[in-house]
Amino acid sequence: MSWFSQTLTSSIGKKLLMALTGLFLISFLVIHATINAMIFYNDGGETFTHWGHFMGTNPIVRTLEIGLIAGFVLHIADGFILWKNNSDARPIKYAVNNPSANSTWYSRSMGLLGTLLLIFLVIHTAHFWIPNRSNQFATGEELNLYQMMLDIFQNPIVVIIYVLGCISLFWHLLHGFKSAFQTLGLNHIKYNGAINFLGTAFSIVIPILFALMPISIYLGWVN
Amino acid sequence: MHIKLKVWRQSNSNTKGDFENYSLDNVSPDMSFLEMFDVLNEQLIEEGKEPVAFDHDCREGICGMCSMYINGRPHGPLKGVTTCQLHMRSFSDGDTIVVEPWRAQAFPVIKDLVVDRDAFDRVISAGGFVSVNTGNAQDANSLPIPKVAADEAFAAAACIACGACVAACKNASAMLFVSAKISQLALLPQGQAERSIRAEKMVAQMDAEGFGNCTNTGACSAECPKEIGQENIARMNREYIGAKLSSTAV
Repeated sequence: MSWFSQTLTSSIGKKLLMALTGLFLISFLVIHATINAMIFYNDGGETFTHWGHFMGTNPIVRTLEIGLIAGFVLHIADGFILWKNNSDARPIKYAVNNPSANSTWYSRSMGLLGTLLLIFLVIHTAHFWIPNRSNQFATGEELNLYQMMLDIFQNPIVVIIYVLGCISLFWHLLHGFKSAFQTLGLNHIKYNGAINFLGTAFSIVIPILFALMPISIYLGWVN
Repeated sequence: MHIKLKVWRQSNSNTKGDFENYSLDNVSPDMSFLEMFDVLNEQLIEEGKEPVAFDHDCREGICGMCSMYINGRPHGPLKGVTTCQLHMRSFSDGDTIVVEPWRAQAFPVIKDLVVDRDAFDRVISAGGFVSVNTGNAQDANSLPIPKVAADEAFAAAACIACGACVAACKNASAMLFVSAKISQLALLPQGQAERSIRAEKMVAQMDAEGFGNCTNTGACSAECPKEIGQENIARMNREYIGAKLSSTAV
């Protein structure tokens, strides 16, 4: 094995890949939340559609989208590999275990939270991204995503699924954001405070912003 | 004190074990947890039964031999102590205490509560040393080391390799142990020459032993009797990634 693949398949290499793809997906969340928040202009979707059109047609953005898909696939696949390795590392479980005495439940549940997010991702892309891209591929025309949002979020069950997705995202980010820096070796007395603050703030702000979108549409605040 | 015990019994690594219930009267609150086990074993020997096998050596909290998973936590409920330094006053009269061995693929049970921790020794043999020509130790003051570096190295070197980190970790990861051993040498001038190769070889051996991967839950540091910190794992990650990117070992 070359030194490169040896590094990536080592325990620390797999963690490193998890951290780097995680931070990359975090940067995607910033863009995604910003552009979707354009619906709060409540201008009949004009601003949102303008930016949505830019993201859906700009050749640079479309090329970056391939990197984004790769980022998702690597993060998910690596997550499952790590989960399998880790569960093999303790074939016989403890009869009595008290892990809450030494760690938070969400730090121990990244696999579960990630799986919930994967289920949400499938539902979410089936709602918007897949129909839009397939239509673009077939006819060259974009779908009216704003109108689709207004329609889809009339269903209270869909709204609840989206809010649950945002709650999973909150807990996943609350551990994942800070954890990525530790994995990269960035644990330093000068920066730990800033990383902790930024991690917690990000984990709260982004999921709330996302959750407000289906809620606002369902309640008719955005129409 | 009256204490009820539920202890894991397993005759060897090839057989399946199970819990046995024991009852102890007249347990002194000033007994250490291991002394309570001595009393249990005397009782078992008098009854003509097989005593419980458990690891212990110095009973002063410095050797790292004792290794019991007590009521769901390595070394029991107290912070920063080994099982031998845990006293029965930490429990209440009439308590039922569940005692299990460390559970990890890399730490197979030898008998009852004794596990094979040779995996740790093999990780050390892979690179946890400084190669020097034999001879007299040089004068302590001939190699100046800043106080801060010495303190940090010493904090890492306080690791007694008991394996509580592996036992506590939901992934049975050995990263706190390995990172402490990599750190103590990476921080000192004597460790510089073999710094890269040490990180590469020790991590490779850790992986080969079948330990899990760290998910930064922090359980290891919380349960470590020597309170080795998470910053060591971050340092190991830096040492390893840096070594892989820059060393000439292809």
